[in-house]
Amino acid sequence: MTNLAEAPAQAAAAPPTHRADAGAPRISVGRVLAWVVLILFILITLFPFYWMLRTALSNNRTLFAHSSSWLPVDFTWGAFKRVLGLSSFAEAQAEGGSGGSIQFWLYLRNSIIVSTAITVGQVFFSALAAYAFARLRWPGRDKVFFLFLCALMVPPIFTMLPNFVLVKDLGLLNTFPGIVAPYFFMTPFAVFFLRQFFLGVNREIEEAAMLDGAGHLTLFFRIILPLSSAPITTLGILTFINAWNEYFWPSLVGQEENVRVLTVALSIFKSQTPQGTPDWAGLMAGTLVAAVPVILLFLAFGRRIVNSIQFSGIK
Amino acid sequence: MAVEASPPLHRASMRGGRREAGVALLFLSPALLGFLVFFLWPTLRGFYLSLTEYSLLQPPEFIGLGNYQELVKDPQFWNSLKVTLEYVFINIGLQTTLALGLAVLLHRLTASTLLRGVVLLPYLIANVVVALLWYWMADYNLGVLNQVLGWLHISPIAFFGDSNLAIPTIAFVNVWRHLGYTALLIFAGLQTIPKDVYEAASMDGATEWQTFRRITMPLLRPVLFLVLMLTVIGSWQIFDTVAVTTRGGPVNATRVIQYYIYDRAFTRYDFGYASALSVVLFFILAGVAFAQFRLMRADESDLG
Repeated sequence: MTNLAEAPAQAAAAPPTHRADAGAPRISVGRVLAWVVLILFILITLFPFYWMLRTALSNNRTLFAHSSSWLPVDFTWGAFKRVLGLSSFAEAQAEGGSGGSIQFWLYLRNSIIVSTAITVGQVFFSALAAYAFARLRWPGRDKVFFLFLCALMVPPIFTMLPNFVLVKDLGLLNTFPGIVAPYFFMTPFAVFFLRQFFLGVNREIEEAAMLDGAGHLTLFFRIILPLSSAPITTLGILTFINAWNEYFWPSLVGQEENVRVLTVALSIFKSQTPQGTPDWAGLMAGTLVAAVPVILLFLAFGRRIVNSIQFSGIK
Repeated sequence: MAVEASPPLHRASMRGGRREAGVALLFLSPALLGFLVFFLWPTLRGFYLSLTEYSLLQPPEFIGLGNYQELVKDPQFWNSLKVTLEYVFINIGLQTTLALGLAVLLHRLTASTLLRGVVLLPYLIANVVVALLWYWMADYNLGVLNQVLGWLHISPIAFFGDSNLAIPTIAFVNVWRHLGYTALLIFAGLQTIPKDVYEAASMDGATEWQTFRRITMPLLRPVLFLVLMLTVIGSWQIFDTVAVTTRGGPVNATRVIQYYIYDRAFTRYDFGYASALSVVLFFILAGVAFAQFRLMRADESDLG
């Protein structure tokens, strides 16, 4: 992969006479090569998504005979019908599925419930806390904030084992509250992120409102929240995507069907598929069901997500 | 922050401060509850459980440093450390090099947000989805990777099934997922380098390669350290990809430390021992963070 680093070097290899006419746009060999490398990056990024779709639209029974076809093999919606529980046993068997009942609608519903609850709770409660850290004066404020920040350093696995014991002792295994609880009230990152924005909100409007006798609840709901709607939306999107993609914790506390989320369902689907003739088309249809909501969010809010990553990079 | 330097509010007297303490508690209480119950308490309990023998069925029994004595002699533990280190090394090495290349290309060639969004896309997809997708593409019999190898007259490779290739394969899969994210973090760093530095270099007739070596790299170093700090710590905690593909196999070739912790806790119900393993992981990560922080300090940007 050294040619990557050499790509810019190629640009330099262009004859020196080129540099003389400084005003003209440089269409050097190097620049073309650099574009080729960049396009290669893009293709490698996008190809697996195409392959996922191509496989999901294939007939699993004939997939084996035409595995090198670049288009869907024997085009069919069968795999999607299969994982969404819409095809009969015979239909599923005919297209190379296991015929077992798979309820991705149910898992999709569960994923939506869990991710929505986590997003709403976490963002709202973290915003309240961030307000207390950014705007209110109380003894020990900076010490408590430091303690919150320390929690960023603790690896998730470390708290997951005791949290599992706790959720089990509370009798919340295989319930939505059990899956949601650890992320529902706050994460240190969310509090930290929102506090930064609240500190940047101009205080003059608040001071004017205070002179009119507004209390802190009014200030929070009527001034801080509306003025911070952009970062709050960004945080909400990121929280939702993270919750949607989470696998470890729900796999510990939410194995049962009525609360099983998509990521857990996919790993179970994969481990149940027969070793000799796996239902690849069904598996890829399932992964697409799990990926599509995030891809839609990405299409709607891509620019915002890209900018937020750069924000966290610059700090 | 400029705001902090602004004159204090009218109510900033001591009397006001005490009145605000009550309001603060109201605002803080849900988050504080979550913090105490799901972050602070389990952290303390995790340390305590590491000193016990605990099978979930009976109450934990205090055994002092017994778990740690066992751990030092446990070949599985040392194997998991070795495997994890191998993973981190390949994953971070490849990812950082490629991301640096991609970031420089994006920075020098285009201002398109669309392209930056496209390279970020894999990062937004769940680990589990990405793992299964590549598991299929790397399948021995039907995977597209082996189809391509077939055209090149190379015999098929068991990417996930060969104990020498399993870790590099998993490392590669996660490079694919994280490449765009890492590149965007570096890209953000590139944007902080003032344009006139590049203009001056170009006036002096510097080539692209000289510019990269002499200007971009030195000025980018602090950003690279920051990026490494984030990605190395994340990389140590590899789990999902292993859990849905190789499950620690073949034999122990991919039994990374977090998977070993999971294994001891949830298939052998050895919670005390698993907690001791997580304490070790905790200190390793703290050590990594501290070492990187020291290195970063010792190596401030020349831009000052």
